[in-house]
Amino acid sequence: MDIIRLKNVKKQYKNGTTALYDLNLNIEKGSFVFIIGGSGSGKSTLMKMLYREEKPTSGQIMVGGINVAKLRNSKVYKLRRKLGIVFQDYRLLPKLTVYENVAFAMEVIGATKQETRVKVLKSLEIVGLKNKIHNYPNQLSGGEQQRVAIARAIVNNPKMLLCDEPTGNLDPDMSIEIMKIIEKINKDWGTTVLVVTHDKEIVNKMKKQVITLKEGRLVNNKAKGTYDENA
Amino acid sequence: MKMLRMLGRGIRDAFKSVFRNFSLSLASISCITITLIIVAISIILSYNVTNFTKEIEKDLTIVAFVETDATEDDVENIRNELEKISNINQKEIKYESKKAVKEAMQGESEIFNSVMSEWNDDDNPLKDTFQIKVKDVEKITETAKKIEKIEKISVVRYGEGIVDKLINAFNYIQTITYGAVVALILVTIFLIINTIKLTIYSRKREISIMRLVGASNFTIKFPFVIEGMVLGLLGSIIPVLIIIFGYPYLFKITDGYVFTPLVDLISPNPFIYQISGMIVIIGIIVGMIGSSSAVRKYLKV
Repeated sequence: MDIIRLKNVKKQYKNGTTALYDLNLNIEKGSFVFIIGGSGSGKSTLMKMLYREEKPTSGQIMVGGINVAKLRNSKVYKLRRKLGIVFQDYRLLPKLTVYENVAFAMEVIGATKQETRVKVLKSLEIVGLKNKIHNYPNQLSGGEQQRVAIARAIVNNPKMLLCDEPTGNLDPDMSIEIMKIIEKINKDWGTTVLVVTHDKEIVNKMKKQVITLKEGRLVNNKAKGTYDENA
Repeated sequence: MKMLRMLGRGIRDAFKSVFRNFSLSLASISCITITLIIVAISIILSYNVTNFTKEIEKDLTIVAFVETDATEDDVENIRNELEKISNINQKEIKYESKKAVKEAMQGESEIFNSVMSEWNDDDNPLKDTFQIKVKDVEKITETAKKIEKIEKISVVRYGEGIVDKLINAFNYIQTITYGAVVALILVTIFLIINTIKLTIYSRKREISIMRLVGASNFTIKFPFVIEGMVLGLLGSIIPVLIIIFGYPYLFKITDGYVFTPLVDLISPNPFIYQISGMIVIIGIIVGMIGSSSAVRKYLKV
């Protein structure tokens, strides 16, 4: 079953540049997909449209049964509750501790204190940060901060994990560690994972499905792909 | 249950934020305070103007003098004619015979008493009068002219000229104070929107993360709205104190009137409490509108 379905999706920004031309794409539930491509290939735009930060100019986007293209601004939260999103720059709140940062995602959707506590500790355990719950983000290394962000993204047991250049700010060793955590989540929970990256080494090493975009067009979609040098 | 929990959390966050960002909160609060003081003064002024306009209007009387040779039938006829004029308050048509007038004047001073005691009913040079009150003071001139046309009425007096000017002046003052109150409230809202925008700007990141992790717009907005209300409430404390202690003091040192006893001030109790209530409500509503419109911009990501 496809959890993401894009049909004839076109995105043109207001300044006239076209980021994506007529994109058709289906992603199966439970899969682990890399989206690669050079600068301006439209991979970030694609990601942003999946969590409805951007709306497509035309075409249809279905994510987990929600018609994202027609989703009203006030209903966006319904989509976001099905997704976990991880960014290159972590996006943690500096004034909150590790625990509070993860709990924040539970609190704003109205979970009880008890439920929050159980789930937050569980997801911090998965990313291996249970011993640092009282630290503040600026006391952590980049890799640790990204792990907090991952813990926050998965605390609600989302159907899908969207990662926008999750290793962009990290050194190679740390990157591999982060990718291992993401892979583990995909395997253990069956969470569909999409990773936008241009980290060649990781893509080649992990042997997952690879979708290659170039200048706004899909050029390759391989089941066990590698980083295409031409992209 | 979930709703209640979210509301509780929103209220807690609102109070936290007011005290955590205290310098910014203080800016909003003092801005609300200053404008509410001016709003309070304008409201008190306009209420007082309305009040003494009404008082003076209540006291305004048209006096119509009946000709000396009028018979009792004529007087009755005049009364009937007066009752037909629509602007006249029928319950306030008071007839005073010249004898009654004489007695009233005798009661007023010794000199009048000694002179008038010699007059009989027949050679009494005074005239019978009708004292008439009108419903709409602005049409008093018109009404007076109608009364003059009634047979056997000799002269009509109502303090023409002065009355017209007074009424005009009061109308102006009232319009101006109403306008000032509305304008001030709008300015306050505008100022509060801007100050609260500053607070919210510093929390832009927090709001965008809330959106990303799936908080509904209501959940995001609610604490800010409460925060605005709290700021409004805190901002109205000083204005309320000024009203509650200042107005009775003013009332005391002026003996309750301005310039002449004609211009009465409204007595402080329960007036000050009504005005205070109004100020608190204005403060809260203004804070609420200000913050909810300031946060709206950030809910579109």
